[in-house]
Amino acid sequence: MTPVVSTGATPLLSLRDVEVTFTTEAGPATAARGVTFDVMPGETVAIVGESGSGKSTTAAAVIGLLAENGRVTAGRIVFDGQELVGQGTRAAAALRGREIGLVPQDPMSNLNPVLRVGAQIVEALEDNGVARGDAARRRAVELLEEAGLPDAARRAQQYPHEFSGGMRQRALIAMGLACRPRLLIADEPTSALDVTVQRTILDRLDVLTDQLGTAVLLITHDLGLAAERADRIVVMYRGEVVETGPALEILRTPQHEYTRRLLAAAPSLASRRIQLAKQHGTDDVDDLLAVSGGDPGTTTTPALSVVGAGDGTVTSSGPSGASAAGSPGDAGGLPDHIIEVAHVSKVFPIRGKGLFSRSTDFTAVDDVSFVIPRGQTVAIVGESGSGKSTVARMMLDLVKPTSGEIRFNGQPVGGADRAAETRFRRQVQPIFQDPYASLDPLYTIYRTIEEPLRAHGSASAAERRERVHQLMDDVALPSNLLRRYPAELSGGQRQRVAIARALALNPDLVVCDEAVSALDVIVQSQILHLLADLQHRLGLSYLFISHDLAVVRQIADHVCVMENGRIVEQGPADDVFDQPQQEYTQMLIDAIPGAGLELGLAG
Amino acid sequence: MARLVLRRLALLIPTLLGLSILLFLWVRALPGGPATALLGERATPEAVARINELYGFDRPILEQYVTWIGELVRGNFGVSTRTGVPVMEEFLARFPATIELTVVALLIAIGVGIPLGYVAARHQGRALDHGTVVLSLLGVTIPVFFLAFLLKYLFAVQLGWFPSAGRIDPSMIATHPTGFYVLDGLLTREWDASWDALLHLVLPAVALGSIPLAIIARITRASVIEVQGADYVRTARAKGLRPPRLRRRVVIRNAMLPVATTIGLQVGLLLSGAVLTETVFAFNGIGSFLAEAIFALDYAVLQGFILFVAVVYALANLAVDVSYGLIDPRMRAR
Repeated sequence: MTPVVSTGATPLLSLRDVEVTFTTEAGPATAARGVTFDVMPGETVAIVGESGSGKSTTAAAVIGLLAENGRVTAGRIVFDGQELVGQGTRAAAALRGREIGLVPQDPMSNLNPVLRVGAQIVEALEDNGVARGDAARRRAVELLEEAGLPDAARRAQQYPHEFSGGMRQRALIAMGLACRPRLLIADEPTSALDVTVQRTILDRLDVLTDQLGTAVLLITHDLGLAAERADRIVVMYRGEVVETGPALEILRTPQHEYTRRLLAAAPSLASRRIQLAKQHGTDDVDDLLAVSGGDPGTTTTPALSVVGAGDGTVTSSGPSGASAAGSPGDAGGLPDHIIEVAHVSKVFPIRGKGLFSRSTDFTAVDDVSFVIPRGQTVAIVGESGSGKSTVARMMLDLVKPTSGEIRFNGQPVGGADRAAETRFRRQVQPIFQDPYASLDPLYTIYRTIEEPLRAHGSASAAERRERVHQLMDDVALPSNLLRRYPAELSGGQRQRVAIARALALNPDLVVCDEAVSALDVIVQSQILHLLADLQHRLGLSYLFISHDLAVVRQIADHVCVMENGRIVEQGPADDVFDQPQQEYTQMLIDAIPGAGLELGLAG
Repeated sequence: MARLVLRRLALLIPTLLGLSILLFLWVRALPGGPATALLGERATPEAVARINELYGFDRPILEQYVTWIGELVRGNFGVSTRTGVPVMEEFLARFPATIELTVVALLIAIGVGIPLGYVAARHQGRALDHGTVVLSLLGVTIPVFFLAFLLKYLFAVQLGWFPSAGRIDPSMIATHPTGFYVLDGLLTREWDASWDALLHLVLPAVALGSIPLAIIARITRASVIEVQGADYVRTARAKGLRPPRLRRRVVIRNAMLPVATTIGLQVGLLLSGAVLTETVFAFNGIGSFLAEAIFALDYAVLQGFILFVAVVYALANLAVDVSYGLIDPRMRAR
């Protein structure tokens, strides 16, 4: 992936001082300004930045697909010597598909649900005058094969809903490259996919664009991924390019403050347990959390955090003292393990296809056993379909196990006792992945956080108000947000609200189902720190479900690796990461983008 | 797909059985019993007894029900107590007119409503869009009979473009093998009769179709606006699709699902709305006959009509479900 770029060659794509402005009800809003960079023929350039940094807007401006209220208000965009700005919509429309291809972000929503996958490639070939009829159909199958889709001839006859996420992304790659464009814009092409799938797909994309000599403009929030895949990196922040240069150079000697923050936060690069040395409530070093060797070049001393080594000590150190109320966390007679999962399985019946065919059984979770030590974090990692979310749902008593038993504080979960169930629901709280979908859009932030207090509470209005304000403090949100609605908050703020809400009833266990997966790296890092801090202060135990091993590495004390419903490996986080016993675990670790890169944060 | 149709048809049986029980009990629950309802309140006890024996109202209730159902299945809906003619015959004489009117009204509603909604969505926020929204609001709020009067006054009385009443010009000599006048003309090659019948249909059908048209236009507009913003539409543009294909295969097809639901729900509305429209245009359908049957408590006619509407409604919604499968492959597996 190192194309020869002769110096002095004319760039394929050239942006000079590009400014994009959106007309909004509140007046014009500039989403990008002064954006300047070049893409040489055959070169891969990555634009890196968080959401709202203007990276996708810049790409949309190139391809002429800005939202209706947006336009390029200054600067020049030159593609292959042709000026695109001010040429009306037709100039860009003529290039789309034929000269500039697009591989969009979310494979689930980017295919036309009512057309066969093959037909969606055929129509691109036909409308761009590449091939027609039978020739186009044959070509479509070839393109799908080329994108790495097995059994392409049969698959071309299927509809998108019959494809997995990875298969859809391959179809989208086939589509993007169908007419052999000279530039391919890949907008977060794999961020919605599992790490292992992500890797194979990016490899495929690399090989293809290499063979075809296609230049790639890669849009990503993941610096590690950008460094691994791109020749040059353009870092964008708040609509402006803050740094640009060869990928490794940026990684080793980041110049701009923001790039440094991005580097420090990138989970794929800073994969060490978030350390809370300053908050050690005790000097007991949990031998499960043995310190592993330092990573040369990282400023963060990888001295392992000790959280919740002894039950009582940690709990009582919480400044809010909240965890004591209503929770038996500091009662002496409780088991060491807040959760004990013993031989739990879950079988779902799947309805047969024919008129009279029987339903078949699908074993989503197969004989799973593990424990969550009080005050610690156990992570379950695995690809989608591994059964990890089903485990989370059983833990929340939303789904009943088919066999086996889950014990919470020594008591079996899911008994018939109503009072016990209510108590359980107070003590175990969820935080879900999507902070956009998991908050009621019609509730103010105040009401959102207050709701569990009302539902379970005997507290007076004044007490509730005080508690809500305290919770806002705990999650470091200003109380002037209380009157706002979720739509007015950023993703990170929303997830903080979700955390405050989860903590309202002083739970003992918080189940985080992909709780940071939807967030930008810097925000992600902040939330992870917040979670670690709260755990320490309140003595919380976490069950952390994630597909992202890099994130897990930062937060987990123990790791369970799930594959096809079974736990294939479990142990202390450092053991699992440093000496994985299973090939599958090794594969997951290798798939972390940028895992093999060295970087210089020291400077 | 076949599985879906079969299952839905099978579901129709318990639905109709349940409805038949309700209808059966309803007649038996009439004040003073069905005989009194027939003969009037001043009937002599002897007359009541005679009627009870004649119609079997004195038998055990279960036996009455079984007998009644047995007759229904054989197509015998009983005899109209008002006219003394078998209900089936009365229906055969009048239903074709109502069905013809309803079908044409529905075609107008779909044929105008969907394009109108689409155009409005394409011009979202501009004058054309606002105009359509206001118009469709008007369509929903104006009562059918009032619109019927307006149309009649304007286009029949003032402008004279369309006939003001009836199904066909009385001077037109034509044979009617099916009772669907437009179809009859085509079958017998009496083109002028077909054309005349069609002209008679226009105003009542427009009046009747106005509400469904407005609703369909609104739903189409909302649905198209939503689909236009979908990721796959942007991707389709990015891969260089030309506008006609983009419109046809991407936007419209995806936007039609909620519209199909709406159309299914309109069918029941149309059938009951037909009664009013037929009255205004002296359109000799089931409407006026039904109105008289209600006043006369002609229960055999009412039972037959209600059962018929239920079947039509169920079939219309089955058709909608089938069209789901045609529009959206994801629905086929269900």
